[in-house]
Amino acid sequence: MREINVSQLTDVVEKLCIEANQHLPGDVKDAIKKCRACEDWEIAQGVLDKIITNFEIADEQCVPICQDTGMACVFLEIGQDVHFVGGDLTDAINEGVRRGYDKGYLRKSVVKDPVRRGNTGDNTPAMIYTEIVPGEEVKVTVGPKGFGSENMSAIRMFKPSAGLQGIKDFIIETVETAGPNPCPPMVVGVGIGGTFDKAALLAKKALMRPLDSKNPDPFYADLEEEMLAKINELGIGPQGFGGKTTAIGLNIETLPTHIAGMPCAININCHVTRHKSEVI
Amino acid sequence: MEKHITLPLTEELAKSLKAGETVYLTGTIYTSRDAGHKRMCESLAKGEPLPFDPTDATIYYVGPTPAKPGQVIGSAGPTTSGRMDAYAPTMMSVGARGMIGKGARLPEVVDAMKKYSGVYFGAIGGAGALLAKCIKKCELIAYEDLGAEALRKLYVEDMPLVVIIDSEGNNLYEEGRAAYLKKNN
Repeated sequence: MREINVSQLTDVVEKLCIEANQHLPGDVKDAIKKCRACEDWEIAQGVLDKIITNFEIADEQCVPICQDTGMACVFLEIGQDVHFVGGDLTDAINEGVRRGYDKGYLRKSVVKDPVRRGNTGDNTPAMIYTEIVPGEEVKVTVGPKGFGSENMSAIRMFKPSAGLQGIKDFIIETVETAGPNPCPPMVVGVGIGGTFDKAALLAKKALMRPLDSKNPDPFYADLEEEMLAKINELGIGPQGFGGKTTAIGLNIETLPTHIAGMPCAININCHVTRHKSEVI
Repeated sequence: MEKHITLPLTEELAKSLKAGETVYLTGTIYTSRDAGHKRMCESLAKGEPLPFDPTDATIYYVGPTPAKPGQVIGSAGPTTSGRMDAYAPTMMSVGARGMIGKGARLPEVVDAMKKYSGVYFGAIGGAGALLAKCIKKCELIAYEDLGAEALRKLYVEDMPLVVIIDSEGNNLYEEGRAAYLKKNN
């Protein structure tokens, strides 16, 4: 058994909140540049050039890539041989978010009640997702999630008879409905299977997976490729002004499900798909 | 086609702008988003004045990040305009002609734009660090308690925008995509 003081988590979360908001992951930058090289529509080329300049400015000057510095989604993969000491784990994570959003000059975008509103003033609470894994390490991932794209996400509980075609149509329908709203070019996270809530979680996890990776199952790897190509035939283009580059990536994650169902969730993200990890 | 324009957005200037044009905008604009619009429209309903003169004004739908020491403003890209659709016709009815944001608008907003000669400009969503470079002055003028959503008066120079919907209701989201698909089919 390994003891980890929760203050270590506070420090790591603080650092990851700042870094994730200032520096776009390399795989996302590469995907944007690759799409720029293939883009043949003039206004779209101009938009992609400005998007590239924007993340370069953020890198050089250590400023937020986007003003929507998001809700802090914090994923913890906790080794089962870890014992946390020194205080409450949730409080420690929220303290990390509080410090990171203050010291990093990040926007405080969280309201304390979904209906009655009222800004919490420090971007807490974080959205915390935990998973117990073998070992005695803790992997912390912070993925600040903007809501322009979150608002365009969707979930549907399909009958199994809807089959693969049902899922394909739902992906296209969701991207089509999103249109220019989620700041295309977008990243599409698809979660299929599990339960109602697990499908949504899978979709969010799909957004954390590098864009240069593939689903290990060739069936889903092919589906990822096919659906990305189909989305990029829609013509929505960067910012919705028309063009080839509507999405820069599409990842699918799956789980077994019930004989009676086929849940499918689609979590939309923008070109500022941010996440950063560290292992304690 | 590229144009350099200077505010205020008079009726004449508004009518000269066409969907699909790239414009570089210079002048004074005001920031407001969800909570600020709600308050302004509540004020108008009570017959109270707005915190700024809306005549020929342009509103930027943005909630910037806090400025670092030495910065005029933090990152400041557009937010999704559709959430302001409930308020935009009221704002146009009192003279606010220009809107800067991103994303689709409802038909009621487009109808109001035709009626009041409004223009909807798109800024690049997600390019907050780049857009902040065009903002030369920033002054908080009202609703400080709303934090990022407070009303700010900005002076911008050569802010890169695209006319998405013009005062005749032409819409780049529809026409740009259709033109691209036509060329590729």
